[in-house]
Amino acid sequence: MRLAPFQLHRPTELHAALALRAQFGDDSAYYAGGTELLLALKARVLRYEHLIDLKRIVGFDRLARDGNDLVIGPLVTHLRLATDPLIRESLPAYARLSDNVGNIRVRASGTLAGNLCFSEPHADPPALLCLLGASVTVHGPNGERSVPMAEFILGPFTTARADDEILTAIRIPLPTAGEQFCYRSFGHLEYPAVGVAAAYQSQAGAPRYRVWIGCIGDNPIHAEPVEAALAGVPPQALSDVLPQAAEAMAAELPATDDIYGSADYKRHLAAVFIGRAVLESAGMPGGR
Amino acid sequence: MADLASLDISFTLNGAPQTHSVAPFALLIDFLRDDLALKGTKRSCDVQVCGACTVLVDGLPVSSCTSLAADIDGKSVVTIEGLAEHGKLSPVQQAFVDHAAMQCGFCTPGMVLATTALLERHPHPTEQEIRHYLRGNICRCTGYIKILEAVKSLV
Repeated sequence: MRLAPFQLHRPTELHAALALRAQFGDDSAYYAGGTELLLALKARVLRYEHLIDLKRIVGFDRLARDGNDLVIGPLVTHLRLATDPLIRESLPAYARLSDNVGNIRVRASGTLAGNLCFSEPHADPPALLCLLGASVTVHGPNGERSVPMAEFILGPFTTARADDEILTAIRIPLPTAGEQFCYRSFGHLEYPAVGVAAAYQSQAGAPRYRVWIGCIGDNPIHAEPVEAALAGVPPQALSDVLPQAAEAMAAELPATDDIYGSADYKRHLAAVFIGRAVLESAGMPGGR
Repeated sequence: MADLASLDISFTLNGAPQTHSVAPFALLIDFLRDDLALKGTKRSCDVQVCGACTVLVDGLPVSSCTSLAADIDGKSVVTIEGLAEHGKLSPVQQAFVDHAAMQCGFCTPGMVLATTALLERHPHPTEQEIRHYLRGNICRCTGYIKILEAVKSLV
């Protein structure tokens, strides 16, 4: 399949990119890694006269610590997130997630920012980013604003980003000492059928668990009933509570039959992987 | 305003500097196969799932079916035609031959290039790391064991 003709613009700074978008309006789109956009253009699902390539914008490849946040620029690829020492040391669960996105070619070209903006409902990153309390910064004609990750994904292929805004940073607060994270996903296709992000923290002897479920609904789901059921339960005693809490949560999930599996199958997967992710986050056997 | 109908790109192809003019919407696979007559790059799934169209851009595997030719500007590109030197197969190519790590051969250029990229960065991968890295290269003859044996022989 070939692409319908377009013009390619290659600005080197943010305001030039915004000006091009203002000039060409809805006939134009921002372009970076291309792993989602070029596929949609080839399939003629989308059509633009102008692509505004962000890859030459100075500073957009930033991946750094800024105070207590990790800042991920819009050109940072999944492969960089999987291999960068800063991510591997401070957020190993996120590095592992990135190492399992798509395949090596998708990881080498595809950016996290593009993944979030495209908002494929079966993408891995949103659930863990919600759990981590991440936010995204978007720049538009009227300046910049910050959106919590939990409010950014609005549904399949729909985000809080306006079409003329550029996602310029993903900010992840560095975890506090003693909080442990895990992300587990499973499926038979390029995207997972279900993904579960879990965190465990022992505060003054009071264990606290947090759980988000991705890929199964239109946007990441905060598993508050699981968290409530597990609150205060020591890791060694999870086996008394966790299976029932996971199954009760899974039964309520808005799963539907699709190519990833039947609704029943996906609810089963969710129960299994809620259990495994929570156990692994708490360092317990049975999490593998 | 500059003429945007075509873009001049300069890049290194299999070690040789090149300058070409390409349409901004030209896909890398079409540029390689049709303009440069490098037919070793194979089109198969066309949606960056199978790996048959893999080329290396600055040493990393890329799906040329879903990349713009314009984006290799300033970069180094290696195709399957660029691995042998003076008629001598590269170590990865030779290992695939020695282990008969191919059946129909259609996935082989992508397999060989992905393996080349893996070993460039991780000269001593474990079997699990090899399987993980090559997970995105599909052999529909399902001849994976021979391929795995070929790669392991290089570690």
